[in-house]
Amino acid sequence: MNTLLEVSGVSVSFDGFKAINNLSFQIAEHELRAVIGPNGAGKTTFMDIITGKTRPDEGRVSYGDKSVSLLSLSESRIAQLGVGRKFQRPTVFEDQSVGDNLMMSLKKERGPFAVLVFRPSDKDRARVAELAEEIGLSGALDRKAGELSHGQKQWLEIGMLLAQEPRLLLVDEPAAGMTPAEREHTTDLLKAAAKTRAVVVVEHDMEFVRRLDCKVTVLHEGSVLAEGSIDHVTRNEEVIEVYLGR
Amino acid sequence: MTDAVLSQPSRSPFAMRHPSVLVFLVVLGLFTVAITVLSEGFGLGMISTSFVKTLGKTLCLCLVALAMDLVWGYCGILSLGHMAFFGIGGYAIGMWLMYERTRLIVVDSLAAAELPPTVQEISDGIATQIFGVVGASEFPPIWAVAHSLPLQLAAVVLVPGLLALIFGWLAFRSRVTGVYLSILTQAMTLALSLYLFQNDSGLRGNNGLSGLQNLPGLDDLPQSIVSVWFFWASALALGAGYLFCAWLVSGKFGSVIRAIRDDEARVRFLGYPVEGFKLLVFSVTAIIAGIAGALYYPQAGIINPAEIAPIASIYLAVWVAIGGRGRLYGAVIGAAFVSLLSTWFTGGQAPDLVLGPLVVQWVDWWTVLLGLSFVAVTLFAPKGIGGLFDLIADRRSPNRHGAALGPDPGALREREASE
Ligand SMILES: Nc1ncnc2c1ncn2[C@@H]1O[C@H](COP(=O)(O)OP(=O)(O)OP(=O)(O)O)[C@@H](O)[C@H]1O
Ligand SMILES: [Mg+2]
Repeated sequence: MNTLLEVSGVSVSFDGFKAINNLSFQIAEHELRAVIGPNGAGKTTFMDIITGKTRPDEGRVSYGDKSVSLLSLSESRIAQLGVGRKFQRPTVFEDQSVGDNLMMSLKKERGPFAVLVFRPSDKDRARVAELAEEIGLSGALDRKAGELSHGQKQWLEIGMLLAQEPRLLLVDEPAAGMTPAEREHTTDLLKAAAKTRAVVVVEHDMEFVRRLDCKVTVLHEGSVLAEGSIDHVTRNEEVIEVYLGR
Repeated sequence: MTDAVLSQPSRSPFAMRHPSVLVFLVVLGLFTVAITVLSEGFGLGMISTSFVKTLGKTLCLCLVALAMDLVWGYCGILSLGHMAFFGIGGYAIGMWLMYERTRLIVVDSLAAAELPPTVQEISDGIATQIFGVVGASEFPPIWAVAHSLPLQLAAVVLVPGLLALIFGWLAFRSRVTGVYLSILTQAMTLALSLYLFQNDSGLRGNNGLSGLQNLPGLDDLPQSIVSVWFFWASALALGAGYLFCAWLVSGKFGSVIRAIRDDEARVRFLGYPVEGFKLLVFSVTAIIAGIAGALYYPQAGIINPAEIAPIASIYLAVWVAIGGRGRLYGAVIGAAFVSLLSTWFTGGQAPDLVLGPLVVQWVDWWTVLLGLSFVAVTLFAPKGIGGLFDLIADRRSPNRHGAALGPDPGALREREASE
């Protein structure tokens, strides 16, 4: 399979502290990948780099068929190229309805003038309804997103990501604050999403990662400690020491 | 408006689909008819011409408040410089009014001479008349197109628009937000007003432009008629402006700018070029402010640099806050209510309040009252006067236990959020 994203030799330091240290990472198209690591391992910072929020001190990040470098692009350009991101803390637009949140995320022209003249077609509405169905919020389309429960907000955010139709989906701790049943639903959603795109999931919960049933990358102190199947990495001595042992 | 995006498409007119817009337009229409009927120029003469002017000016203030609400209440950019754009609009139209009226006077007076006056003589005559007060007798370059009404009208729109575009481009591109942006807009206003105060600014320094209430060539027309004309024009502009703003915020564009207000960074990760949106809103609202100013100052009769003082823009924010930001009618109500009240209090009509030995003379104390009201509204009724409509409509809003809607310090808090 073709490589979709290649991160090589990336380092970032905040006030002298190396949050990411010579990190290299690759993901193929239509691949599902779990990233685990102790608190402060640099998982969120890693996503910040790919999405353009944080500029690395050194290293390369190339993406897509033409291997464009993402380092000089703005956040919105990177998103337009098909990199979608779910944040650790659910961030939906709480003051707006679930339907508006989804409609805003649908893959469309993003420029101000295009948005100004945009009026949703029947197809767009159908797509929003379909997405709402997928994330279990069909009954809540007209409710304000702020009224939703924590788990529902997480889903809404996943729905917004799916609406963007990204080629690469970065998901930061999607199952945080979810009930076991909700977690299961989330796993299914992510696995289904990975059939048509690359998905990177950051998660602490081992059970959740096991259920994803995919290749796992372990981060520690800003670099890759181990990579492989879940059984492979959980047997790794170093991994046990820094992460699982505690 | 929350479900506007999902509502079924419909062939009915925009105003029909948005009842609050329809109500506003009907109220404005009825008000206009009522004032016309009561006016001296066209009706029963029950209200004075100067009061018609006050009302006309108030409508212009409502229009600039709409612009402020769009940029602040909807898009989250607390601009404290929009009255500068308002003033620029006033100066732009004032230049033509003053030039043309002076020209007619000069031509008249030279007509008595034996030889027909040359173009140069006329031009010198006008310049002496206009710039005598600042000791100059030549036209500064800035007056190059003052003879042309269409060009000065274009300037009403273009100068505020371009200034906002350049200023906004510089500020938004470097991601200046929140308090820093507000301070920057204040600095812009201050710089502009200080510049205009100078005699060699070419706009008559602190004298400003005057006699703007007289329409050139219509000297015989009494002010009672002219005032109603301007009142109509102001009402028309406010109606059109309201319709335009409502259209702007009704669809996905409204969704996106409110999202920018609540969590700018998140909007970027959705792929929207946030800076472009802000720039568009900032410039469009600057243009609206310019148009409002161009209608206001002919009714005021005079414009001078003090009108552009930083405090004016702060008042504008206070009106919108008191009226209720994030809803268009709130801005209109706030501007109308506070500015009319201000006229009443500062006009000396309000009776003194005697509190034992302390006599509260409203002319002096009004600003104190206004300041206290602002603090009270901010603390106890963040939805402003517009919030009363929620009580009536008993609108449900999500209980977020007071949490911010977004991580940005400029984001609305739960109690402020509306629509
Ligand atoms: N903007 C910043 N300024 C300074 N230090 C930062 C910044 N962002 C992250 N860090 C530091 O970098 C390190 C990595 O942080 P990061 O958020 O990427 O960890 P994480 O793996 O996502 O942890 P968690 O599992 O707690 O979410 C932490 O020590 C954090 O304190
Ligand atoms: Mg993290």
